[in-house]
Amino acid sequence: MTDVLLEVENLTVEFPTDDGVVTAVRGVSYELRQGESLGIVGESGSGKSVTSMAILGLLPKNARVSGSVRFRGEELLGRSDSELSGFRGRKIAMVFQDPLASLNPVYTIGDQIAEAMLAHNPVSKQVAHARALELLELVGIPNAKQRMGAYPHELSGGMKQRVVIAIAMANNPDVIIADEPTTALDVTVQAQVLEALEAAREITGAALVLITHDLGVIAGHANRLCVMYAGRLVETGSVDDIFYAPRMPYTLGLLGSLPRIDSKTRLTPIVGSPPSALNMPPGCPFGPRCPMFAAKCEAEEPPLYYATPDHHAACHFHQRLIDVKPGEIFQ
Amino acid sequence: MTTVLRVQDLVKHFPVRSRGVIRKRIGDVHAVCGVSLDLQERETLGLVGESGCGKTTTARLLLNLVPATNGEVWYGKRNLLSLSRKQMRPLRRELQIVFQDPFASLDPRMTVAELIAEPLRIHGRYAEGGRAKVRELMKQVGLNPEHANRFAHEFSGGQRQRIGIARALALEPKVLVLDEPVSALDVSIRAGVINLLADLQRELGLSYLFVSHDLSVVRHVADRVAVMYLGRIVELAPTEALFTRAAHPYTQALISAIPVPDPRKERTRRRIILVGDVPSPVDPPSGCRFRTRCFKYAELSEPEKLKCVNEVPALVDRGHGHPAACHYAEALQML
Amino acid sequence: MTDQLEVTPATKAPETGGFGVRERTQTEIVVRRFLRHKLAVGSLVLLILIVIIAYGGAALWKYDLHSTPDISQPPSWEHPFGTDGPGHDWLARVLRGLQQSIKIALSVALIGTVLGTIWGSIAGYFGRHVDNALMRLADLVIILPGIAVAATLASLGEGTWWMIAVIIGGLASANVSRLIRGVVLSLREQDFIEAAKALGASDTRIILRHLVPNALGPTIVSATILVAVGILAETGLSFLGFGVQSPDTSLGLLVQEAAGAVNTRPWLFYFPGLFIILIALTINFIGDGLRDAFDPKQTRVRQ
Repeated sequence: MTDVLLEVENLTVEFPTDDGVVTAVRGVSYELRQGESLGIVGESGSGKSVTSMAILGLLPKNARVSGSVRFRGEELLGRSDSELSGFRGRKIAMVFQDPLASLNPVYTIGDQIAEAMLAHNPVSKQVAHARALELLELVGIPNAKQRMGAYPHELSGGMKQRVVIAIAMANNPDVIIADEPTTALDVTVQAQVLEALEAAREITGAALVLITHDLGVIAGHANRLCVMYAGRLVETGSVDDIFYAPRMPYTLGLLGSLPRIDSKTRLTPIVGSPPSALNMPPGCPFGPRCPMFAAKCEAEEPPLYYATPDHHAACHFHQRLIDVKPGEIFQ
Repeated sequence: MTTVLRVQDLVKHFPVRSRGVIRKRIGDVHAVCGVSLDLQERETLGLVGESGCGKTTTARLLLNLVPATNGEVWYGKRNLLSLSRKQMRPLRRELQIVFQDPFASLDPRMTVAELIAEPLRIHGRYAEGGRAKVRELMKQVGLNPEHANRFAHEFSGGQRQRIGIARALALEPKVLVLDEPVSALDVSIRAGVINLLADLQRELGLSYLFVSHDLSVVRHVADRVAVMYLGRIVELAPTEALFTRAAHPYTQALISAIPVPDPRKERTRRRIILVGDVPSPVDPPSGCRFRTRCFKYAELSEPEKLKCVNEVPALVDRGHGHPAACHYAEALQML
Repeated sequence: MTDQLEVTPATKAPETGGFGVRERTQTEIVVRRFLRHKLAVGSLVLLILIVIIAYGGAALWKYDLHSTPDISQPPSWEHPFGTDGPGHDWLARVLRGLQQSIKIALSVALIGTVLGTIWGSIAGYFGRHVDNALMRLADLVIILPGIAVAATLASLGEGTWWMIAVIIGGLASANVSRLIRGVVLSLREQDFIEAAKALGASDTRIILRHLVPNALGPTIVSATILVAVGILAETGLSFLGFGVQSPDTSLGLLVQEAAGAVNTRPWLFYFPGLFIILIALTINFIGDGLRDAFDPKQTRVRQ
């Protein structure tokens, strides 16, 4: 397939800690195709952020990363920081939860957007500044002209995040990785930022990896979805398949425990809490919380089974979940 | 139904001081401006708004945890705001609070048993059967009493929040102020705490003031909802009415901005994207405080706009069945 | 992304039971982190040895503080640290000096820490005018030339060891109070303090049950530093003649007595000096180790 932009294969990340080696990500594989929007959803500690940090080579030095990450067929893992910086920002742009991690407090935002462009492109300063202004308008910053001269601390959180998106757009990247881009923001501001992100996608034609814990955000902004639990992908497929016909009890439980603004049925919580990365239960990591737990689950960690050709689920009994509502298996 | 708590014209201004030695007062943060509410027996009143709207300050004011600038909070026949700290103490048994952050709200040096026993000790109720009471409370909130000697940091977020709830219930309160009780929790854990709160309310006949920024959670727990914006209540309605006939433009924008975990619905939804950010509460806009971001205001004619600039819209029913603070309120179905 | 990397026990799952790792208490975590600091552990062992020698050695050693017939002897098997002009066995004197100095230093640490913690907690918790008054007082004490004030105060009294400890400890508590105030200021804003207020807790209860225990880490660290301060301050005072008075002795007094004979009998100077340096150094390293051990951010392996 030629339209595959990013190919992650069997990615594993380990961290040595006081209490032993923690495997934060265990054998994650996925493909990102041209123009698509891939959602990665999981709770805190599921390894969703570590995965993208590993792809970008941004993990602390003591992390042990194995597997393969290919961008248009070129291997990224194991490259030096200076080699990677040719990809980061230019081919692959990033938007993090904390916009201050990407903004320099002592430069104006106009300079920072222009600088991002000048770093990788042979254009004049005037052109870069004109383009910067254009980008600020595209991400919906009011009074963009005046704001060009503003410093990051003079902007609200939502505006800072939109500036980061403008910087991400500056080099027409092929891939934008957005890691919890709206988590710290209010809903009305979240709507603004998500719209800016959609605009960025439309204009640059970049594929998007949207990492979040919010299934609502995923529903509106992703075509395909990976659900992570305890460092693994436990279900992948199209958004519609996963939301309307989940085949992994965890996904089903997650949907059932979500308070929704459009209905008022009693929620069906999942008992217990996610396992510690230091002490994984034998077999399926969701086993101890799963209402369908059986002997096989403890004996053998389920692989990603094919539910349908484009829908995979890591559950031995995924067929039992056809047409099941959350309330039927979770109490 | 009887009213347990009645709030009238509550005002809180925080002084803004200059830097340096003199620290001259150079302005005020208008955190809460004339909020009036009433909480009925066995009811859950949702208090919703975005960060900085004054909802958390309102919750603190109700419990007399911060001194109010003006206003009254009537609990039975007593105005809590006129009471001294000492006079307030016996009433603390009846009015309790659960905090947002289950990590910061529990003293890290105390075991679970000590944490839950603290209110009993403070009010001299521990000596008689306190240990048994602590065990019973732990069971009631779904914690294993065998873990009583563990420290809070050994528990997950959801369990810690249960400890916080047990502590608040120890004195058998009548009113519980819940300040974003599930916001810090992961999705799969959140539902359990929401259900627990609902069960406890039914069993113990509690009244809840449920403060939250998340309308979807509020929809699940609240009987009535008050929406706040920049220190004022802009709409107050029974939950179903709010979601089916929101009348204030801010409420409409808020509902439309909340994503629904349903891809097909989400693709076809009408979304109101507000422009700009919430203005600074140090210098709030005159008249209607929402007008600077209001999509409706932008479409009004000049004379109509003047009314929004000059006149504070009162929180009254303009024929929508519930009060909304907008001169040009219009009920809309946003879902 | 820190929440993904951090492996605090909070992420472990006691609820699921059965396969949860054994939970550690905070004390265990602190001890474990301290033990990883090799220099601090070595220092602690050395310090304990010095204390044992000071008390055990003095009881076993054949000479006491009285003079012997051997005058001005360099170190030998008979007198390992030599003797001075009047014929005192210097080992016996150094051991006695060590005892006195350690006693004073520990008292200084105790007095300074307790006083400073109360001072700082009250200032930090009540804030506003109370804070202003107490902290200006602390500033005043800190800018005073400590050794001169201590010398003046000590010259009024009899020069007993506890008197000196009280003076040095009192002066040192001003520094401790500033440190503790800072810690309390940030603790005060935490939700659990507000939670205690909402439960109706009194100010005394909040300070004693919540603030002081949570400031324990910095308190212990400052106490260790005060031990070193105590040793050095006592040495200085005694050297100037305002501290422990003859016929009793302390390390400072010994150095002072030896100062006149640095050229003729240098051993008199070296041995007490060596112990002063050893104690001050070991305690500083222990303080470093404790500071790291109590720092909650130190959860990962050193890189």
